[in-house]
Amino acid sequence: MPTATPTATELRRHQPRFVGLDSGHRACQGCGEALAARLVTEAIGPDAIIANATGCLEVFTTPWPNSAWRLPWIHSVFENVAAVAAGVEAALKVQGRATKVVAFAGDGGTFDIGFQALSGMIERGHDVLYVCFDNEAYMNTGIQRSSSTPHAASTTTSPVGRMREGKRHLKKDVLAIVAAHHLPYAATATVAYPRDLEAKVRRAVTTEGPTFLQVHSPCPLGWGHDGALTIAVARLAVETGFFPVIEIERGRVTAVLPIREKKPVVDYFRLQTRFRHLLGDDPQAVEERAHLQALADHNIETYGLMAAHSSPRDTVGLATVHRGGTGGGIA
Amino acid sequence: MIEVRIHGRGGQGNVVAAYLLAAAVIRGGYHAQAFPAFGAERRGAPVVAFVRCRERPILRRSAVERPNFAIVQDPALLRLDATLAGLRDDGALLLNAGREAAWNGTSAAARWVGLPATAIAEETIGRPIPNTPLLAAFLTLTGLVPLDALTAVIDERFDAAKAAANRRAVAEAAARVDEGAWADLIHEKQADRVRETTGQGR
Amino acid sequence: MKTATEGSQAIAQAVTMCRPQVVAAYPITPQTHIVERIAKLVADGQAACEMVSVESEFSAASVVLGAAAAGSRAYTATASQGVLLMSEVLYNIAGLRLPLVLTCANRAVGAPINIWNDHQDSMAVRDAGWVQIYCTDNQDAVDTTIQAFRVAERLELPVMVCVDGFILTHLFEAIDLPTQAEVDGFLPPYRFSRALDPASPRTLGTLVTPAYFAETRHALDAAHGRALGEIAGAADAWSAISGRESAGPLRVVGDEQARIGVLTLGSVFGTLLEARDEMPELGPLRLMALRVFRPFPVEALKAACAGLSDLVVLERALSPGGGAIVGTEVRAALSEMATPPRVHAFAAGLGGRDIPLSLLPRLVAAAGAETPTRFAIIDVDLDKLAPEDR
Repeated sequence: MPTATPTATELRRHQPRFVGLDSGHRACQGCGEALAARLVTEAIGPDAIIANATGCLEVFTTPWPNSAWRLPWIHSVFENVAAVAAGVEAALKVQGRATKVVAFAGDGGTFDIGFQALSGMIERGHDVLYVCFDNEAYMNTGIQRSSSTPHAASTTTSPVGRMREGKRHLKKDVLAIVAAHHLPYAATATVAYPRDLEAKVRRAVTTEGPTFLQVHSPCPLGWGHDGALTIAVARLAVETGFFPVIEIERGRVTAVLPIREKKPVVDYFRLQTRFRHLLGDDPQAVEERAHLQALADHNIETYGLMAAHSSPRDTVGLATVHRGGTGGGIA
Repeated sequence: MIEVRIHGRGGQGNVVAAYLLAAAVIRGGYHAQAFPAFGAERRGAPVVAFVRCRERPILRRSAVERPNFAIVQDPALLRLDATLAGLRDDGALLLNAGREAAWNGTSAAARWVGLPATAIAEETIGRPIPNTPLLAAFLTLTGLVPLDALTAVIDERFDAAKAAANRRAVAEAAARVDEGAWADLIHEKQADRVRETTGQGR
Repeated sequence: MKTATEGSQAIAQAVTMCRPQVVAAYPITPQTHIVERIAKLVADGQAACEMVSVESEFSAASVVLGAAAAGSRAYTATASQGVLLMSEVLYNIAGLRLPLVLTCANRAVGAPINIWNDHQDSMAVRDAGWVQIYCTDNQDAVDTTIQAFRVAERLELPVMVCVDGFILTHLFEAIDLPTQAEVDGFLPPYRFSRALDPASPRTLGTLVTPAYFAETRHALDAAHGRALGEIAGAADAWSAISGRESAGPLRVVGDEQARIGVLTLGSVFGTLLEARDEMPELGPLRLMALRVFRPFPVEALKAACAGLSDLVVLERALSPGGGAIVGTEVRAALSEMATPPRVHAFAAGLGGRDIPLSLLPRLVAAAGAETPTRFAIIDVDLDKLAPEDR
């Protein structure tokens, strides 16, 4: 151990890894959400209480009499995790305890049925970190579409057919809506960039007040790819601009994870059967590909996602591009 | 048992009037209930509240159908049949007569007394809320409980300045009516009043 | 000490004296005065609790759920539509075996929308697993609320204290409020055996497969089996402190010799008592107020009905297509007696319609009918309905 004041990096290296979500749970091979939850709980540390909405994560981690959680954890119903977390937070506040309260939910429990409770929790300023594991559909119940499902993706309730080509509507920009509450910190993250995700978790956990993380979590079963390709798929979502990785403070974008080498959206689609109907030469597919490319390009332009220099090397460990804000990132 | 019905307009403290009267008679040793006729009324709509008063505990939770007394906070309400409907033949009406000293309406009420309660309120409290003058007049006419039961309740409920103003209103209104003119309408004997009062132990 | 006050204010005072640490509520008539009063007490520094003004009743129940699980005494109040909106969470709370107290300011359930008193709201969630107690008057409401926290915390079962909306909540009368010292002497600090705590991590609310589910439901039912004992214990303990007699699961007033009984719930009991006093010509009667509805006090009911030839059940709700709710449960319970009374079931006071003293003689007369009424709503004026709706 160094005798001078250790840097954050050194501390991290010497800190034993905290296991908040242990092995033995029942997730699918290559589950992005399980990976994300493990990374998030590791970064949060042991002094936390988790409220978890109904969904895949809750179901595959707590089949009575077993539980994979090594943190205090409560599941209530589908749509109220933000309110339950708010209740835990209020109780700890009165009790004078500093234990961090964290809410876990999927996109269904966040974008749709749990939306009202989330808005209320943020509006009231509860000191809660809300993490949405975004696998872009109701996976637990059999791959039905949610408002987070990307446009044109095929799900069981937005299937491809003669009259329809997957989900008709656009992916709800929930981060913008959350950001409109002017909360202190909100960000998107992805399992493809685990250090970035951990840094954001640490940032959020140490921020007082409501914070929000939307973590892109590929679902091999629902998205239609091999479990071994989870990280590759997630990385392509970022590199195409399809899933922007940004940070927002009090309603303004203050940092982005830059795209070093831009990839066309079709590279992303090729790996997933939920988009395979977009790969053909029929006019519909061609038009839809162009449409989705335009959406991705729009994201790149809106958030300024292109890096100053192009490089084929991956971005693990590289600092994010900061634009004002109160700082953060790895020392 | 004595039942009083208070008619007013939404936003003018009709329910407060009922609560003050009940609080005053409880202080004076009676058992009492007060409750509004509930509704979704907005400001200005006719509203009604009730007070029951008796020497022994009141257990019933039903509506007041045949009041002994009606207190009307706004004379325009007399145009509505409901205002005096059900008032007992041997009952009495206390009317906020506003600027008019006389009232020419017909009613089942054997007796009535008019009081310029709004004017008194404006002079003493500075607001046209006729409640405390009307209650003071009612207690003076009936002798149900001494006036200081009302002033004590006023002192409890309002801040010092408001309480002082209301006390002036009470005094003014009491002076304008015949003390005990309705005493014969009160059936319970004064002597039978229950000892238990607010502020004393079990 | 007797204070002249509105029922809602008294309930709010009682709640804050129980020192809840988290109160969450969403406004709905006629519960609003309770919550407003608590908010004022908090704002004036007279109640040290977190007041969470949530964005719906669903979240109100969810917030107190989280708070109770995290080791804080919590409280909420609601009525009518709010009860139904939070109903999923009410089942969840009971299933999680969380101690909580909720005041239900009983109000009718729409459609059609109606803001006045009846019992349809609490009856709609009678199977949620909560203890349900129906208060006969505001003194009862104050005393029961205080006892409810102890019952809930000892049983790890949530308790719903039902108080007739408007009729009791907005009724101003003299109520004996206890002192803070008395409540502190009765109610120990909140301790929840399975509280969420990093020092001892637990998982609450797991997935339960068919292999275990029946057992969890049995455990919940068995907890209700212990509830009457806990309720009686709490009542005795509070009685010793307050000096007031406890009513028990069933309040019975009247003649040993009576052959006709009338059973009801809530505030109408007082009206029937006065009617009986004013009409001695009705003959000997036994009047009963069913206070504890869940768990259903079968033995106490059977004992109270000993010797009766007829029992009239008067309730303020119904099950459309199924008739009486309370009446049906009473009939079933009494069928265990060797010679059960005939049960006549009526609903009155729906949507806040007044129940006058004059109803009692009509109920007594109905008890003499050749065929007992399976179920009927009192005083339906068919002229107010189109022919096809009669």
